[in-house]
Amino acid sequence: MAGDGGSGQDAFLDALRAALPDDALLIHEEDLHPYECDGLSVLKALPLAVALPHNREQVQAVLKVCEQFGIGVVPRGAGTGLSGGARPSAGAIVLSLARLKQMLAVDTHNRSARVQPGVRNLAISEAVRPLGLYYAPDPSSQIACTIGGNVAENSGGVHCLKYGLTVHNVLALEVLDASGELLHIGSQAPDSPGYDLLALMMGSEGLLGVVTECTLRLLPVPENTLVILAAFSSVVAAADAVSAIIAAGIIPAGLEMMDQLAITAAEDFVHAGYPRDAAAILLCELDGSEAELQVRLHAVENLLEEHGAGSIRIARDAETRLLLWKGRKAAFPAVGRLAPDYYCMDGTIPRKRLAEVLEQIAAWSAEYGLQVANVFHAGDGNLHPLILYDANIDSQLQAAEAFGQRILELCVAVGGSITGEHGVGVEKLDSMCAQFTPAELAQLHRIKAAFDPEGRLNPGKAVPSLHRCAELGAMHVHHGQLPFPELERF
Amino acid sequence: MDQRVILQEQVREAYAQSRVLHIQGSGSKAFYGRRVRHGEPLRMRGHQGVVDYEPSELFITLRAGTTLQNLQAQLAEAGQILPFEPPFFGAEATIGGTLACGFSGPRRPYAGSARDYVLGVQLLNGQGEILRFGGQVMKNVAGYDVSRLLVGSLGTLGVLLEVTLKVLPRPEQELTLVQELPMAAAIIQMNQWAAQPLPVSASAWYDNYLYLRLSGAAKAVEAAGRKIGGEVLSAADAFWTDLREQRHGFFQGDASLWRLALAPASPPLPLPEPTLIEWGGGQRWLRGHQDAAALQGVAAKYGGHATLFRGEDASGEVFHPLSPPLLALQQRLKKAFDPRGILNPGRLYAAL
Ligand SMILES: Cc1cc2nc3c(=O)[nH]c(=O)nc-3n(C[C@H](O)[C@H](O)[C@H](O)COP(=O)(O)OP(=O)(O)OC[C@H]3O[C@@H](n4cnc5c(N)ncnc54)[C@H](O)[C@@H]3O)c2cc1C
Repeated sequence: MAGDGGSGQDAFLDALRAALPDDALLIHEEDLHPYECDGLSVLKALPLAVALPHNREQVQAVLKVCEQFGIGVVPRGAGTGLSGGARPSAGAIVLSLARLKQMLAVDTHNRSARVQPGVRNLAISEAVRPLGLYYAPDPSSQIACTIGGNVAENSGGVHCLKYGLTVHNVLALEVLDASGELLHIGSQAPDSPGYDLLALMMGSEGLLGVVTECTLRLLPVPENTLVILAAFSSVVAAADAVSAIIAAGIIPAGLEMMDQLAITAAEDFVHAGYPRDAAAILLCELDGSEAELQVRLHAVENLLEEHGAGSIRIARDAETRLLLWKGRKAAFPAVGRLAPDYYCMDGTIPRKRLAEVLEQIAAWSAEYGLQVANVFHAGDGNLHPLILYDANIDSQLQAAEAFGQRILELCVAVGGSITGEHGVGVEKLDSMCAQFTPAELAQLHRIKAAFDPEGRLNPGKAVPSLHRCAELGAMHVHHGQLPFPELERF
Repeated sequence: MDQRVILQEQVREAYAQSRVLHIQGSGSKAFYGRRVRHGEPLRMRGHQGVVDYEPSELFITLRAGTTLQNLQAQLAEAGQILPFEPPFFGAEATIGGTLACGFSGPRRPYAGSARDYVLGVQLLNGQGEILRFGGQVMKNVAGYDVSRLLVGSLGTLGVLLEVTLKVLPRPEQELTLVQELPMAAAIIQMNQWAAQPLPVSASAWYDNYLYLRLSGAAKAVEAAGRKIGGEVLSAADAFWTDLREQRHGFFQGDASLWRLALAPASPPLPLPEPTLIEWGGGQRWLRGHQDAAALQGVAAKYGGHATLFRGEDASGEVFHPLSPPLLALQQRLKKAFDPRGILNPGRLYAAL
């Protein structure tokens, strides 16, 4: 139907209009522009329409109309995703969950919160803080991103090293499938009968169902917290210190690393008090009882010194701790001020390969003539190289993409993954061909079909078609035959 | 010869001829799930051994037929543990069987479940294809989370060949405290402790006594112990192991055993039978004959489900009934992995 424009499309829009209140449907081009991309702004497309339902019944109505007309649906939270997951697909509508933003209930006895999917991540912890509880996963985008988006991406944050990812902190979901049928997945109990659909929903990028409610596990706020800031004169030394801390059996609440470019950018932006002359810094958060902290702090300090930390600062009071984290959490926008554009990569590697992978990235940076800032979840081996470029300079975007693709292939080659937390979206469809075999991809497509046989939920995302990978394979052969930089990608 | 090839060959043949396979580890958990009689055995025990273990990277990759005993011995050498503390239910229990059942032990509510610690798998689907999902890194969102989906699927979706698990350092010290408390008060107490930043690693209640285990840095455990109070249990390791292995007195005898998984703070259930509570109130055991539907109704009321864990006639359904849309979805998923229904059909539900 999407393709035949004209009357079919009109009938579809009429049906949507009939199913929704006036303020819940956008169809005029000027209103659609804010929805043409997510945080990966190089990938843009206009949706057919944007539905902004107020409640589950309206979401259900939208899904039913789309089913009737065979129209694709792209769910959207806050649009902070970095892989094009919420970017409109051709001929599809965008279904925004942003207005479903009520905190429905907090169960203090069972330590859980029931919220609508459009609730912002940070709002949850803020709301339950007076009860001495919080929601652990804290992506750097937490002031803006929604819990529905977090579920769809299985988002992590600086504290997931110790407290886990979204998958470890969600108890139950209410989901609508592609035809609008309501599914209750998971429960307040420790497990549920049958297959673990809850795990399957996490990180499914809006391809398996639309999340309309989430029940989250809340944790007690730690008794004491401190943050250690350690400065190093080389990236390699900092990376080695990271491995040494984990190898010593210490699991910090967070263990993050920033390199010189990121440090300077963050410092200029938020004045967190980072040492500008350091080649790299580590931010290490420890939490626990006072007695425990003393022991751990001592051990970590020793390890940091052994690995050549030049200066070590310890922040105990909340204000200084938050300031140190603020620099880290604002690092992406801060780096964004250094160049007209930046490309944020997201790959994971075994921790012990950190130093060599960072060195290789630095070497490629020189080769491509594009600066790279590194700010990332070191404890998890989750890299976020930010490649700086200027889209107005011919071929810089292509160079940045080629550089990024090489980084991801390196991640796979050293035993890691092409995405740790930002998802595949549209951006990494080609990289998926490097990580999975055709049989594995076919299995993933069969899972999708079990939920959404018509393939209408977030079409064209997350799992590449076998055809696409086959064509890409042919392209890789060309790579070997032709000089690389001159090669057009498509 | 590589066992993997032999196993793959057997599944391929079974697929070609639509013959039912019965996946077997050591048989230690044969009691669990629905009783199914027919089927040719697919023997996993020969496929064993640790493939990759890097203590500093906090993961271990091993073949599914490796025994838990062997696994734990290797981890212990490096001062590490499997955080979900799985029950063995037999000296020869394999990791593949443990994950297929999705079993976790006393540490579960405080450290996470078996599925929480699975990072990646290699599996044989019902067409005999060898597939890999996940990996050896902590964070990985490429593709759907098939690794975790397989945990608890009782072999009905795929044959686990190899698994990668996240492991953690062994806590420096453990301490178990005992307090005399009636059931209702004990449930409230366990949940109050869980809402505070205390290093709790296990809890149980039986016969008017509440047991609480603390684990962590020595100083942290001592400080928490002083705060909580109660008598120190000697031979605590044996107590938690017996509980985990269901060798505790409560589990003796032939009466059937029901498992209820509930929202942890649920009050004592209106049931006369002897009860043992674990997991801060989230896992409760009942002995004796039960009307399945009535018990399931009670469990559902408290946000959970009921399982006939051992005993009675297991040829009917033993797991909590699924809602029609969830059952239909799970049937489609089963088909997506095992189109001819040859992998442990009926072990989980008659319809899967
Ligand atoms: C500055 C910055 C820092 C970031 N830091 C981190 C970080 O530290 N860790 C991290 O993991 N990520 C991070 N991200 C990425 C991003 O914020 C997360 O992926 C976030 O979870 C996306 O949430 P959202 O509400 O913006 O979702 P969107 O971008 O709107 O959507 C993301 C995906 O979820 C789907 N979706 C959204 N809502 C639903 C729903 N209700 N039901 C079904 N599918 C749905 C969409 O279709 C899409 O595929 C960062 C992004 C930015 C811009």
